[in-house]
Amino acid sequence: MLLSEADLTAIWLTLRLAGTVTILLLLLGTPLAWWLARTRSRWKGPVGAVVALPLVLPPTVLGFYLLLAMGPNGAVGQFTQALGIGYLPFTFWGLVIGSLFYSMPFVIQPIQNAMEAVGERPLEVAATLRAGPWDRFFTVVVPQARPGFITAAILGFAHTVGEFGVVLMIGGNIPGETRVVSVQIYDHVEAMAYAQAHGLAALMVVFSFVVLLFLYTFNRNAHQSGIRYGA
Amino acid sequence: MALEARFFLQYAAGAGDSFTLNVDLRLPGRGVSAIFGPSGCGKTTLLRCIAGLQQVQQGRLHINGEIWQDGRTCLPAHRRPLGYVFQEASLFSHLTARGNLDYALKRATATLPVISCDEAVELLGIGGLLARFPAQLSGGERQRVAIARALLINPRLLLMDEPLASLDLARKREILPYLERLRAELDIPIVYVSHAMDEVARLADQLVVMERGSVAAGGPLAEVLAGLDCGAALGEDAGVVLEARVVETDSRWHLTRMAFAGGDLWLRDDGAAAPGETLRARVLARDVSLTLEPHRDSSIVNILPGEITDIAPGSDPASALVRLKVGEVALLSRITRRSLQHLQLAPGRRVWAQIKSVAIVR
Repeated sequence: MLLSEADLTAIWLTLRLAGTVTILLLLLGTPLAWWLARTRSRWKGPVGAVVALPLVLPPTVLGFYLLLAMGPNGAVGQFTQALGIGYLPFTFWGLVIGSLFYSMPFVIQPIQNAMEAVGERPLEVAATLRAGPWDRFFTVVVPQARPGFITAAILGFAHTVGEFGVVLMIGGNIPGETRVVSVQIYDHVEAMAYAQAHGLAALMVVFSFVVLLFLYTFNRNAHQSGIRYGA
Repeated sequence: MALEARFFLQYAAGAGDSFTLNVDLRLPGRGVSAIFGPSGCGKTTLLRCIAGLQQVQQGRLHINGEIWQDGRTCLPAHRRPLGYVFQEASLFSHLTARGNLDYALKRATATLPVISCDEAVELLGIGGLLARFPAQLSGGERQRVAIARALLINPRLLLMDEPLASLDLARKREILPYLERLRAELDIPIVYVSHAMDEVARLADQLVVMERGSVAAGGPLAEVLAGLDCGAALGEDAGVVLEARVVETDSRWHLTRMAFAGGDLWLRDDGAAAPGETLRARVLARDVSLTLEPHRDSSIVNILPGEITDIAPGSDPASALVRLKVGEVALLSRITRRSLQHLQLAPGRRVWAQIKSVAIVR
């Protein structure tokens, strides 16, 4: 393979970023998805729309506003500065925050859909079996919505790996800190190092294909287990 | 020992339509109480109110002296010691039958068990199904597992919402004997919602008839069914239930003689009834006709003398319901209004009841 030391660093950074973002999104997104799946509040529409925004916004727009917010004049920037963390743009954690927004719909929507599909009845059944609200959530909702969680984790991870625009806007191009694979490929192309670009690009194609292949096979199997026998 | 429930609930149900549940109910603390009524009359809503699954505007619920709901206090569903069997499949699809039972066992109240797990498995005949997932069970099997699960939570009250309604006739026949065993072997009150009078006649001790969100009649099964107002509301289902004792079987004609408080009835001998046994029989009003003289030239086997006690309009303009006293029990007869006039029937008149058919329900 034509992978240089810098390429490997970029791959490792990308995996670290995608892993961190996926775990954080699962933790933060699950309560939000639950709320979206259950609420009859009039805020459901607006909140759902905000969650979906990154699907349609150019990553540059997202990156631009995050850059402003996290910069010295932004509210987030002043907050992080006051905490003594410094400014987040052009740092790994700045990328994490950017990616949280960027990949948010890919994690929240599958979980929300799976939770909606669980429906009211299993929760009522669990309540008549003396399961309190937390018990119901962890013993009924989570296991029954499991395919949604798996889809969410895979999509969230893969989508973060494929991120480019947001990274460029708020992360820049710092080796080992913000230079992820997609940026590395861009650099290779800019430097006319096509052979190097090929190595990484082909790897990305294979990775994405394997992820999607797994996802579609998994979803088909999950669907098949729903077949009913007899009456 | 009793269940006292008072619920008021009103909500809009579609275009300009609203539903009101207004119920004040007292049920005995044991036996099977059936809540009967046409679909949409509020039976299921009432059951959900008792379970705490349905919010109400005003509610009061006392069970054997315990307050489950009253003014400010309202126990959430998961704090109420009850078992609930839902109308359609309610097993957790991600757990096996065994896993579903364990779910209940883990959360059962730590009092003396209503029934042990082995007993429940045996009672409902689900021993061979435990390793399977709900998707691999038939509708009837799923419902039996669901009933076992509801028992294993160790309930002090068992609520059943049309547990047979989603099943075909064959599966109903498969489950009914299990329900009868439940009734016979368990010492907890059961509230059984149904719109099928044959199930009710077979299982219930008490009957509550609901109509448009309120209680139309209530009391011991035989008493309520012998009431004329209830009879009119039941239409084709109007009829009485009798307790009858098997006296003898006639092997030549394959008939069984049964004695009840109003005399003797001859029934086809299906081989199931043994002399000395007490059975519950149902006599539908539409199967009882009236004559002024005992016809010797009739093919009808059961002809009993009685006295008319009251007469009421039937469920349609052509018919009338006549209640008569035969010995110590009441029978209902549905006849046409023309016959009523033609025979000049009136309370106090002595008549002969010709009973075309009797169904043994238990």
